[in-house]
Amino acid sequence: MSGLREDFREILRLVRPGSRVLDVGCDRGDLLELLTREKQVDGQGLEISSEGVSACLAKGLAVVQGDGDRDLDHFPTRAFDYAILSKTLQQMREPRRVLSELLRIADRAVVSVPNFGQWRVRWALLARGRMPETKALPDPWYSTANIHLCTLHDFTALCEDLDLRIDACSALSAGKPARPIDPTRGIENWRAETALFLLSRRDQPQPVQPLPGRLL
Amino acid sequence: MARSKRLMTKEASTEIEYETGGGVWQFPVDQPLGLDSGGELAPLEVAYKTYGKLNADRSNAVFICHALTGDQHVASTHPVTDKPGWWTRVVGPGLPLDPTRYFIICSNVLGGCMGTTGPASINPATGEVWGLNFPVITIGDMVRAQAMLVKALGIETLFAVVGTSMGGMQVLQWAADYPERMFSAICVAAAARHSAQNIAFHEVGRAAIMADPDWREGAYDRAGVRPEKGLAVARMAAHITYLSETALQRKFGRELQRDGLSWGFNADFQVESYLRHQGASFVDRFDANSYLYITRALDYFDLADSYGGVLAEAFIKARAVRFCVLSFSSDWLYPTAESRDVVRALNAAGCRASFAEITTDKGHDAIFLDEPALDSALRGFLAAAAERRGLA
Repeated sequence: MSGLREDFREILRLVRPGSRVLDVGCDRGDLLELLTREKQVDGQGLEISSEGVSACLAKGLAVVQGDGDRDLDHFPTRAFDYAILSKTLQQMREPRRVLSELLRIADRAVVSVPNFGQWRVRWALLARGRMPETKALPDPWYSTANIHLCTLHDFTALCEDLDLRIDACSALSAGKPARPIDPTRGIENWRAETALFLLSRRDQPQPVQPLPGRLL
Repeated sequence: MARSKRLMTKEASTEIEYETGGGVWQFPVDQPLGLDSGGELAPLEVAYKTYGKLNADRSNAVFICHALTGDQHVASTHPVTDKPGWWTRVVGPGLPLDPTRYFIICSNVLGGCMGTTGPASINPATGEVWGLNFPVITIGDMVRAQAMLVKALGIETLFAVVGTSMGGMQVLQWAADYPERMFSAICVAAAARHSAQNIAFHEVGRAAIMADPDWREGAYDRAGVRPEKGLAVARMAAHITYLSETALQRKFGRELQRDGLSWGFNADFQVESYLRHQGASFVDRFDANSYLYITRALDYFDLADSYGGVLAEAFIKARAVRFCVLSFSSDWLYPTAESRDVVRALNAAGCRASFAEITTDKGHDAIFLDEPALDSALRGFLAAAAERRGLA
């Protein structure tokens, strides 16, 4: 499985076999297909673009054309074991609501966010006085889909606020293996390019640990 | 014992041959059709067509539910109009519903006029045509008759129930009433209930038929006449709802039939001529009372109603069924919002559902037109379902 996207590889590691998975913003269904094949999950996608939905259908995936901002509230509570939101939380109109919805629908959420606190971002703003354009945030300010960017610390603060438990966290960077991190450490807020979180509700019983040794 | 007249023929479609069959299934008097209105209907006759061959373990049967004015001739030449079947774009060798893979069944709906018991049939109690003495029927009654036919054909579980428009409503009704007898469901351009606007348009159609002096309170058969003018107007009004404004504009614009205006009330505009043609050709193949009864059944349709108004409750027992819901972006008869409501209810019920809105400017009529996105959605969904069903 070389050549696999690093975030996919990490999600594949976190998701337990045979579980029920909702992939919000599933695009062309590549991740769902991978999870179905490798982990025999019962997958469901939510995707806004017609092209993405057609591609998913052609792959035989269950997919609903819809909008993560609007259509999550129609899913029943705890319908899934995992809700996955990969690199799109910052594009939502209401990230806070979406995050709490994900953890209503599913027992665990797998969420990845680009870290606006990374040193490259800070440097770009400080040195050039321009909106940062980095590998993780490649588009100029006027055409980026990212409307709610946050730092690692902003995100962990939101999790705290929503009473969510961070069961695992890894720093991701294109072409490099995932690195387990403690997202509350100040140094990670400088270093991590993108962070991938496994979250659960504090008022839920502790879920089974995905793999030993990588948890906080 | 059910008696049946069955015809078996070989029909060559393109180069690939497949078996076709069908006929009229005559249920004996002691197997009446129970009706939602309370009564019973017997004897029941159901006219149907089949395409392809039932496999040894009887697992490859697909039931197609047709729309308001459709019939069982889904992929074979229509006996009255001599035109190709209504869904030859989707049903045929190499197409999403392939008769060389599946055993495809389509029956004329209850209340129809192509061989299934309806208001134009003979009332056994009087020996005369039913006319308005025919009981008011529902989508649920239509589906019950279909389920009787499927059982009579010896099929325990359908691989798929597929329907467009009114047929899509029947698919939803199937899922509510017979979830254990279906593996998957495809609902195209439909809704879980008729809206006020839907009912309003149907009322225009019915009023046109009833205003025709030849309708004779529904007893036109006895008088040896047919309310053709009224039925044609009903069809003209309905046909507008099948097209989008964009499609009408593109097809006709303000183009004239001849050079210059007639300064009268002939069909000056091409769109007028088109609608008149639609109306006139419709009356050759459709019965006015059937139109009244079937539109009534549609208007009465509100699937959630029997479930305390909660649509999701209708699908609670259908969690094992794989659903595919499709809508067309420019369909204003059964708009995408209606399909979304269905999908939300399916999600809420915990059903496995796929939904896609197909982007097209052709309106409701896109069902029958060249929409590659529709084909690929059907193909993808069916292929995955077939694999799960062990039909691959």
